[in-house]
Amino acid sequence: MAALNIKKGSSSHSAYDLRDPHAQAVERHTLAVIVDNEAGVLARVIGLFSGRGYNIDSLTVAETDHAGHLSRITVVTRGTPAVIEQIKAQLGRLVQVREVHDLTVEGPAVERELALFKVAGTGDKRIEALRLAEIFRASVVDSTLESFVFEITGTSEKIDAFADLMRPLGLRDVARTGVAALARGV
Amino acid sequence: MSRQMTGAKMVIQALKDQGVDTVFGYPGGAVLPIYDEIFQQNEIRHILVRHEQGAVHMAEGYARSTGRPGVVLVTSGPGATNAVTGLTDALMDSIPIVVLTGQVPTFMIGTDGFQEADTVGITRPCTKHNWLVKDTDRLAETIHQAFHIATHGRPGPVLIDIPKDVQFATGTYVPPREARVDHYQPRVRGDRAQIERLVEMIETAERPVFYTGGGVINSGPAASQLLRELVDATGFPITSTLMGLGAYPASGKNWIGMLGMHGLYEANLAMHGCDVMINVGARFDDRIPGRIKDFSPGSRKAHIDIDPSSINKVIHVEVPILGDVAHVLEDVLKLWKARGSRVNGEAVAKWWAQIGAWKAVDCLRYRPSDNAIKPQYAVQRLEALTRGMNRYITTEVGQHQMWAAQFLTFDEPNRWMTSGGLGTMGYGLPASIGVQIAHPDALVINVAGEASWLMNMQEMGTAVQFRAPVKQFILNNERLGMVRQWQELLHGERYSHSWSESLPDFVKLAEAFGARGIRCDRPADLDDAIMEMISHDGPVIFDCLVEKHENCFPMIPSGKPHNEMLLGEAETQGVIGEKGAVLV
Ligand SMILES: Cc1ncc(C[n+]2csc(CCOP(=O)(O)OP(=O)(O)O)c2C)c(N)n1
Ligand SMILES: [Mg+2]
Repeated sequence: MAALNIKKGSSSHSAYDLRDPHAQAVERHTLAVIVDNEAGVLARVIGLFSGRGYNIDSLTVAETDHAGHLSRITVVTRGTPAVIEQIKAQLGRLVQVREVHDLTVEGPAVERELALFKVAGTGDKRIEALRLAEIFRASVVDSTLESFVFEITGTSEKIDAFADLMRPLGLRDVARTGVAALARGV
Repeated sequence: MSRQMTGAKMVIQALKDQGVDTVFGYPGGAVLPIYDEIFQQNEIRHILVRHEQGAVHMAEGYARSTGRPGVVLVTSGPGATNAVTGLTDALMDSIPIVVLTGQVPTFMIGTDGFQEADTVGITRPCTKHNWLVKDTDRLAETIHQAFHIATHGRPGPVLIDIPKDVQFATGTYVPPREARVDHYQPRVRGDRAQIERLVEMIETAERPVFYTGGGVINSGPAASQLLRELVDATGFPITSTLMGLGAYPASGKNWIGMLGMHGLYEANLAMHGCDVMINVGARFDDRIPGRIKDFSPGSRKAHIDIDPSSINKVIHVEVPILGDVAHVLEDVLKLWKARGSRVNGEAVAKWWAQIGAWKAVDCLRYRPSDNAIKPQYAVQRLEALTRGMNRYITTEVGQHQMWAAQFLTFDEPNRWMTSGGLGTMGYGLPASIGVQIAHPDALVINVAGEASWLMNMQEMGTAVQFRAPVKQFILNNERLGMVRQWQELLHGERYSHSWSESLPDFVKLAEAFGARGIRCDRPADLDDAIMEMISHDGPVIFDCLVEKHENCFPMIPSGKPHNEMLLGEAETQGVIGEKGAVLV
């Protein structure tokens, strides 16, 4: 099918997608939404998801182009292929949305999250936590005699795995940034 | 002209530069500076409404009957919240309106100030876009952008919230041509390859149908013209949604009537049985397909729409064409003609024979009566006595709305204003005033139900004050008729709160407003009474007492496919299954 030349929107577009829309399998997609950095834009994007009953697994937002006044919102969402296409089309028609990229279908992408873990404990547990942190390449950014704060970056799966390991070792608190993602290559 | 001016003056200047001649509004503390400017000029006419919801519906009526955006001005807090139903209505029906709201001064925002409401927050989901302007220097440009966004792409309502200090402060005015709008330029030309596929479909179709909607009307007069040309040249049958009536003339030879839940038998069966469906500016709203799984099972479908989110939202189509209806139809016609204007004439003739057989069922027939005025009969007489006049119709919501859609005919676009997507009772009276303000010499009739009409009846005062000679043709069945019909079919005839009790005497009510009241309850008197209504030079409330228990047919019960349509009373027992009953 002919490629569409839509200013807003990714190469995979609601109207022109070839995958079977009736397929019921739920897929996880990472979307990068480039928006005008103006008041209310985040509320609009979030309101779209809640108002239309779409899922948000993760949401990250920050200004990425100060001169151009643009922010990048990275959303990880779930849905059947038809729902994912609908989400992209709905995002694309928001006035403040410049581009919508589906990093999951546009080619390989790098996804990273940063997390901070506070782990409290003494004796063997404390030593085990430190050892595992090393294996995961987490760094210690704060320590007392009874606790550590680890900083770790990686895929969401890696951070989930680290959380599972820390839990029996005295995990007290977690702060995660949500996913940031970029397409690989140029 | 000096470019330095107050925010309030800027509002008026920007409206003038946008070609606005009428504003529907209601004053209050937070918009007083703007009202002061309105007082000191004569180019823009202000229509003082009686409730802000009325202002928005008037602006909708103005917009839909002229093709130009309607403009509303209301105060902060309750003024803004009263506008919410109208905004949602305009969003659902893609009507371009620009609403200006006052707001508490910027330094008070967030303090729960008097008449403060989070207007942009409240209206975010019911506008196409909205703005809070905190700087007078940004005000003019924002207003111009608002007009641009309301009228480009899929039209819709926009709102600008203007704090009072921004109205008082002085800033630099920016004229329309200097306003930045390049970031919002939806694509209007359709994709060439897709258009080619559509043309191939047209050439080979055996049982084609055009399924058209409000998008044709929103696209402008050229779209209706091109549609007529294409339909007549191909000889294909054409049906339309409630929103699209008039885009193709009801008197046109290919017209097979409205489709949908209360659409015509032949139109719905043509949709069910076609092999090629060409959707032009409609959106497969749930009143159209019935049960999705069984919708038009044997057809290949093309869909022309300017909104990418409408394509493949409900129904999967083989040929999606993203673009403006007029632009796309122009390209389709050009290509189809260049390739020899071919259709499968023989097959299409057979298809017409089939449609003719469905037509013969005469699905709108009803049992006439000599004693009681049947609502269908009332609408038929209204049609017969006003057809050919310079006529605009609005409606409220309910059975009367469906009878109006079934029995009135429209040969031009922009003549039919009804609340389709939201189904807003209380829409028709204010909308009729908005239409009349835009077309002072036309005959403007609101076909109403008594219950709906009461919802915004205060606007009768507006009609009288501004000498808008609107005709309120109320089909008074003393029932919330459509609710009653569903209770009969669906809830064991338990008529829970579907009676219109303690109704006012509509004739006295008219007189109390300073309007004319007419009552009619005998079929034999109806024609004369309607003629009296038409010839009266001023607003009229016509209390037409109709048969109370008439049901509206045909009807596709919720959750049923098109070919399981109900035609009349005998077929209605136990027809809506449990699954259908949860649908609305
Ligand atoms: C604001 C609003 N409230 C409730 C409804 C639900 N509703 C749809 S039709 C209807 C009855 C309308 O009665 P009437 O205006 O007398 O019209 P009829 O069906 O009797 O012709 C109701 C209550 C609605 N559409 N809008
Ligand atoms: Mg009624």
